[in-house]
Amino acid sequence: MYEGVVQDLIDELGRLPGVGPKSAQRIAFHLLQADPTDIRRLVEVLVEVTEKVRFCSLCGNVSAQELCRICSDARRDPSVLCVVEEPKDVVAIEKTREFRGRYHVLGGAISPIEGIGPDDLRVKELVTRLASDDVTEIILATDPNLEGEATATYLARLLKPMGLRVTRLASGLPVGGDLEYADELTLGRAFEGRRLLDV
Amino acid sequence: MSLYRDEAVVLRTQKLGEADRIVTLLTRERGKVRAVAKGVRKTRSRLGSRVEPFMLIDIQLYEGRSLDVVTQVETIGAFGLQIAGDYGRYTAGTAMLETADRLANAEGDPSLQLFLLLAGGLRVLAEGSHDPGLVLDAFLLRALAVSGWAPSFTDCARCGAAGPHLALSVASGGSVCPLCRPAGSVAPHRDTLDLLAALLTGDWPAADGSEERRRREASGIIAAYVQWHLERQVRSLRLVERGRGEGPRPAGRPCAVNGTTPG
Ligand SMILES: [Zn+2]
Repeated sequence: MYEGVVQDLIDELGRLPGVGPKSAQRIAFHLLQADPTDIRRLVEVLVEVTEKVRFCSLCGNVSAQELCRICSDARRDPSVLCVVEEPKDVVAIEKTREFRGRYHVLGGAISPIEGIGPDDLRVKELVTRLASDDVTEIILATDPNLEGEATATYLARLLKPMGLRVTRLASGLPVGGDLEYADELTLGRAFEGRRLLDV
Repeated sequence: MSLYRDEAVVLRTQKLGEADRIVTLLTRERGKVRAVAKGVRKTRSRLGSRVEPFMLIDIQLYEGRSLDVVTQVETIGAFGLQIAGDYGRYTAGTAMLETADRLANAEGDPSLQLFLLLAGGLRVLAEGSHDPGLVLDAFLLRALAVSGWAPSFTDCARCGAAGPHLALSVASGGSVCPLCRPAGSVAPHRDTLDLLAALLTGDWPAADGSEERRRREASGIIAAYVQWHLERQVRSLRLVERGRGEGPRPAGRPCAVNGTTPG
């Protein structure tokens, strides 16, 4: 244990995701030895994000305004909605430059063991949005793990009766890998989602 | 570095650092084991979906200082997608995993029996041959029974007087005779008691033939029984979706078979 405020700093850093007690200590001592102007800049940015950044009232993505950059962009296709778990998934999909529609951020996945059910996610907001928007297709892009699959299953059952085209991102073989190393589920999914080759 | 190999059901996973997961396993030989699966969140991971909840696996680990480390995994039962592909199965299955996790904490751990019950239960759930709620309830009753809390749904749980009896007390361990009956006992429908007994003994034809309202009554009693024996709440029980079931549906068994409605 260190004295007072140094230990407080280590404790606070240790609360961050992915930071263990050892790393917290290392970061703390790095900060103690760093140039004070660098630290002040970090503090200012931290204050600024907590004060200015909020969530888009429509899609739930992080935003500096009431509506995020994507929701307020008239060039984005309003008929296709991509449902993701977290804002960082929006960033990942945007990087592909494949998708020109809009997003809906759920804020997580259904995880009964953590006490998280559909009511704890932005599912009601999604349904409300579909009632008023001119969306015709929903792409379910939840994580390709069990919780993500179950969340997609739940949403598909909820949304299909609304007359929408509901699709799920394909799971397949990782590019650059060897077939023999693929696990059964991935390989099985890759068979299900095989596509016709136009040659 | 000490290596060992075991069969296991993956109970739960938690994120660790950038790309790792901590997996909680119920193993055949060693009871509950917590281990690190390195790099599994990267889409190129070799372990991939094999260390996801509901999977029955053949696993090799080495003993670490605090947590063991997963080195190799082969799938025995890939139940994950069949369970996650149906919301009723998923919520029932999650409650099974959470209950097994909690029971395996208890002292004098009956792990082998619990492991076999869980692996068998998940297999049945994945096949979809019975209503997910019934599969869950049968698992809960039998998991409590192998943990030393076997309920009785015929003879009196207190004095052993031959049943059937009208009253049931969760705190007393099941059916109670008129002399033993404590305050706060309930009087379930006769068919509900039959269903509870069928679930406990694994009489599937009888369980499959039960009516929806008897299933609801039975599941309420079973949930109370689970909560009575596990100090903390089983969180996922609250989110189990009931009554949208699949599998063999009851053929509308007539109520006239039993003239009396107790309670
Ligand atoms: Zn937005």
